[in-house]
Amino acid sequence: MSDHDHDHDHDGHDHADGSRFSDVELRVKALETLLTRKGLVDPATIDRLVETYETRIGPRNGARVVARAWADPAYKVRLLQDATAAIAELGYTGLQGEHMVAVENTPQIHNLVVCTLCSCYPWPVLGLPPVWYKSYAYRSKAVIDPRGVLAEFGLTLGPDVEVRVWDSTAEIRYLVLPERPAGSAGLDEDALAELVSRDSMIGVTRARNPGARS
Amino acid sequence: MNGVHDMGGMHGFGPIGPEHDEPVFHHRWEGRVFALRLAASMLGQWNIDIGRHAVERMDPAGYLASTYYERWLASLETLLIEAGLATRDEIDSGVPAGPPPAGLRVPAPSDVDRITAKGRNFRVDVDLAARFQVGDTVVTRNDHPLGHTRLPRYARARHGVIDRVHGVFIFADASGSKRGDQPQHLYSVRFAARELFGPQAPAADTVLIDLWNAHLEPA
Repeated sequence: MSDHDHDHDHDGHDHADGSRFSDVELRVKALETLLTRKGLVDPATIDRLVETYETRIGPRNGARVVARAWADPAYKVRLLQDATAAIAELGYTGLQGEHMVAVENTPQIHNLVVCTLCSCYPWPVLGLPPVWYKSYAYRSKAVIDPRGVLAEFGLTLGPDVEVRVWDSTAEIRYLVLPERPAGSAGLDEDALAELVSRDSMIGVTRARNPGARS
Repeated sequence: MNGVHDMGGMHGFGPIGPEHDEPVFHHRWEGRVFALRLAASMLGQWNIDIGRHAVERMDPAGYLASTYYERWLASLETLLIEAGLATRDEIDSGVPAGPPPAGLRVPAPSDVDRITAKGRNFRVDVDLAARFQVGDTVVTRNDHPLGHTRLPRYARARHGVIDRVHGVFIFADASGSKRGDQPQHLYSVRFAARELFGPQAPAADTVLIDLWNAHLEPA
């Protein structure tokens, strides 16, 4: 993301909040220097890893998967039967997505994904998790009050809908297949993918309606 | 261990507060520590479960006061020291005190695409009979181990139903406590929200948790 380039503009604000940020920044720099001098890491590898997760692996991947599932019923069947293989068809594989399961939202069932113990998240399809997903507020509340969580994201469901929370306690990673929005008939996969937000694939929101602001 | 990391069902952490147009990393150091920890893990001196347990073993007040990537930094220091790759003095001073350990394969930039796209395999190819089938009723053990466990406190001694049989996987509780892989079946277990959180929970709602054979007994 381009914010990387603007980091220095923000540093002044962060330092004004207290000394902790500059302390952690110095600790990280010292550790990278130490590990480099000990020959334990190659700084160019660090650069490449940062670039990979800042620019190449993110929620647009998952949106392509969802759009394909909406557009192609046979693909949707494969996705729900063996998500790892179906997602690999689109080229998305690897770290923290080795064993994928896709769960489908319907008018009767609303799926929501959390990791209460750490912050497990399906990197190949969604990228690295947002701060809110890693927050203590979300991790604690999602299992005991998922409807309260959904309300915070502006979604209210009737009492007859089953809210199904998936706590990612193992190496299975979950992708929510949101309901295809009304009014999206006739859209091609590119246009459908534009309706699929990261949050809808975690299950805290629905996919966007065509014409809604993204 | 019954640590502060085991937060499912706790109260009092306030609103979730999603951020609009959030960057992947909010500060340059967050990206560096993310990648340093990932690259260091590729040296093969610890597994992902030991890595998670290093976070859990943080001082509880320090855990709660830290941001996510601050916890990655603290746990990376712990992992490096415990693996013998660096000493506390070296980390505090930033100056190497001795030669690098021999025989380590340090990932090169050209390895990154392959490693990130390949991932790791947590499934174990052994022929074990599954103890439970989809639809079986089970009860979780009321265990409180001092080491790593992926059975959250909020789901101990609770009745549930086998929803999916995932196959045989490395057992994280063992692997994170340096007791070997102990491969065994992994299941998604479906719990009624009311079984976990009492009659105030909505009747329709459920929570599914991935649990291993050793977490479960027939009910």
